[in-house]
Amino acid sequence: MKELRVENVSKAFNGTPVLEDVSIVLRRGELVSLLGVSGGGKTTLFNIISGLMLPDQGRVFLDGEDVTGKPGRIAYMLQKDLLMPYRTVEDNVALPLILKGQKKKQARAEAGAYFEEFGLEGTQKQYPAQLSGGMRQRAALLRTYLFSRDVALLDEPFSALDTLTKSAIHRWYLAVMEKIRLSTFFITHDIDEAVLLSDRIYLLGGGRITEELVIRESKPRAEDFNLTVEFLDYKKRILEHL
Amino acid sequence: MIKRLPSTIRNKWPAAAALVLLLLLWQGVCMLGLVPGYMLPSPVEVARAFMTDFVLLMEHSLITLQEAFLGLFCGLALGFLLAVVMDSFEVLQRAFYPILVITQTIPTVAIAPLLVLWFGYETLPKVILIVLTTFFPVTVGLLDGFRSADRDAIGLLRSMGANRWQIFRHIKAPSALPQFFSSLRIAVAYSVVGAVISEWLGGFGGLGVYMTRVKKAFAFDKMFAVIFLICAISLLLMGLVELLERKSMPYRNLKENEK
Repeated sequence: MKELRVENVSKAFNGTPVLEDVSIVLRRGELVSLLGVSGGGKTTLFNIISGLMLPDQGRVFLDGEDVTGKPGRIAYMLQKDLLMPYRTVEDNVALPLILKGQKKKQARAEAGAYFEEFGLEGTQKQYPAQLSGGMRQRAALLRTYLFSRDVALLDEPFSALDTLTKSAIHRWYLAVMEKIRLSTFFITHDIDEAVLLSDRIYLLGGGRITEELVIRESKPRAEDFNLTVEFLDYKKRILEHL
Repeated sequence: MIKRLPSTIRNKWPAAAALVLLLLLWQGVCMLGLVPGYMLPSPVEVARAFMTDFVLLMEHSLITLQEAFLGLFCGLALGFLLAVVMDSFEVLQRAFYPILVITQTIPTVAIAPLLVLWFGYETLPKVILIVLTTFFPVTVGLLDGFRSADRDAIGLLRSMGANRWQIFRHIKAPSALPQFFSSLRIAVAYSVVGAVISEWLGGFGGLGVYMTRVKKAFAFDKMFAVIFLICAISLLLMGLVELLERKSMPYRNLKENEK
């Protein structure tokens, strides 16, 4: 687990500012959401944090180390699971280990140890096309986790799932996070999802952070947290700011 | 009832039935004497000619196949190399792609005699001709395949710190497999035809040479026999490619109930 710090990041495309002076902190073991409308610069911010894109201004630090424009330190996961259809689930999940130079056998064994925890037992030799949408996202999440146990960036990872699958995966996610502890930076446009999962929420509007909200509900959260008055209160405050 | 048959038979029996029907029709035309026998031999006569010359045909086939394989191998290597280089350097693609297209507009029958004049009657000019006809589909197929690779998947691998070779190995190359096999199927057929044409235009052995000989002897039955043999060889090779394709992409034929 590491701490991620984004300091005063700005980025413009063809003179149109997309991000303006964005500063964000993700402390060890926290789950922090970035909530904003689609196309509001969230993905640009992710590309900058993961090192694929250079900001015009500002820097990204991982535990104090400057990682601006350096890919290979922070893993991300997208709405699209990006599992390779031509590889078995275990080889997909073990890919980050293989990229780091591990032998295939060793990488498979290391990945295999997490299959049960991620609800994927028995799928090792299957192909992604044989898995359900929820399982594919869990496999993609495990791949992200195996790449880096420091910080994970999740870009709307569950937004392509249907409502029932989504609420099941939220419950599972909260449970698994209790066990594996990972600093997670979560992008979403789903307010319920953000309030349900996050320790803190940043609201992004017009390329700026407009508000920071702390969700004080302790973890692990009860299954009916999203039916409580407090939950609706948080939701109301967010809606006022968006 | 039909459902119980293996899927290969179930899907192919209409084609087989049509073929048999056509052969019967042909046999009928010959037996009724609608076309003189010296101009159009009946299927039975063709089969008889095939049996008579069987050993000779096999010897010539071996020569043709050797040339075809050698040419195909070199063509694949060249096609692969060109595709990788042009995929890596956009400028080279823009510079050389039009030239590659032009090479494909040159009529084979025009260039083959030149190759004979330059390189003699041995294997070399034949291999060159086959390379010329087979590298192009491979290059185009692979280029398309490399480009079909998911850009987000490449981005993901980059975010994981993958280098160019790793991106090629894990994303680009496997993404290009379907297109590669489509072009390989074409290239295999081209390689056999290319070998026969270049033998026809100058050589000491091979099915093309056999063809020129039976043509001069007006042995129409043997001509048809060799034509059918070449068809059979091409089909067999294409079938092999299909088998190879299925073996190397098992994820493509997952049955519905396995999904």
